[in-house]
Amino acid sequence: MTEVAARPAAPLPHGQAPARPLPPATIVPLQGLPIVGAVVVFLVVALAGNWLWALGFSHVVGGALWTGVDLFVGFVVGPIMGRMSIPARAEFSARFMPVMLLLMPTLVTMTLAPGFQLARHLGYLEPGYAHHAWLVASFIVVGVMATIAIGILEPANLAVLFELRKPQPNGELIAKLMRRFIYTAGITGAMQVATLIIMTYIATH
Amino acid sequence: MSGAAHIASTPGTVISKLPPIAETALASMVLVIVGTIYLAATIGRGPSLAIPVGLDVLAALLLVGAAIVTSRIEDFAWRIFFVVARWAFLGYLVIAGMIAFVFVRDSTPSAQLATLTAGLALFVLDVTLILAFSVARYQPADA
Repeated sequence: MTEVAARPAAPLPHGQAPARPLPPATIVPLQGLPIVGAVVVFLVVALAGNWLWALGFSHVVGGALWTGVDLFVGFVVGPIMGRMSIPARAEFSARFMPVMLLLMPTLVTMTLAPGFQLARHLGYLEPGYAHHAWLVASFIVVGVMATIAIGILEPANLAVLFELRKPQPNGELIAKLMRRFIYTAGITGAMQVATLIIMTYIATH
Repeated sequence: MSGAAHIASTPGTVISKLPPIAETALASMVLVIVGTIYLAATIGRGPSLAIPVGLDVLAALLLVGAAIVTSRIEDFAWRIFFVVARWAFLGYLVIAGMIAFVFVRDSTPSAQLATLTAGLALFVLDVTLILAFSVARYQPADA
């Protein structure tokens, strides 16, 4: 999916300065859409059939990947990118951001929709459930993460992709937006730790 | 906004001082999220709908206000705005549709279902406006 998002750079003749990073051929990596479509179909079948295993699978796999990606981007990729030159960051972004554009909403949907149905099916939403407060805490954490991700992180992601398509991209703007992306990914990564604590508590009590 | 002051630019990049449209839409989205969390947290005990409905109404007012202010911007990259808006709307409609499907599938009572669906609709429109505006603001205005 990465390769389809960015045009391959042509080899440079000896001694020639590297060209600016090539922009993505399309903002949304179209070849990834069938995978997203398959996930959506799987989810609809699981939800419609109240298929407990599939709901649990989707919730656990989606949640684990969402958490893992957030932590990895926020605490591993972020600091590395922070030390890269602006052209290198831009080139990395041209390949990385389109993937994130498809991956993250898919993982979020995989996690939240079956999660709510599981909670309802297993009686966790009932007021009498002993750890109802923990569940509400998880709603709040997800709400905060959604606000940060949709309000700050994703707009920065998209704006970088559009900037890279210009004949003369503004390196400073890209750096500013990338910093915003990395910081907010770090914050959501840290909040994912709270989700892990809540979910493991609910699962073991 | 007539007279959007250009405070910095490089060739091909426009950074203009524009009204806080994304921030207003984000505030609207936060209100919807708070109302939805309240409703989801109290769903088993026949919650009062006054709080989530009130929050949705406030959110709708903020969204309409942000949309009106956006529509009055003169020098703006409207083509890019609508390209992003179209894709964002489609993508988040699928996500919201999935969540609404869960509510319907779980036989959520009709009044709560209507409130949740209205919240989801506002959420989709908020996200669409936030994404489209956040991208278009850095693009050169349409000729």
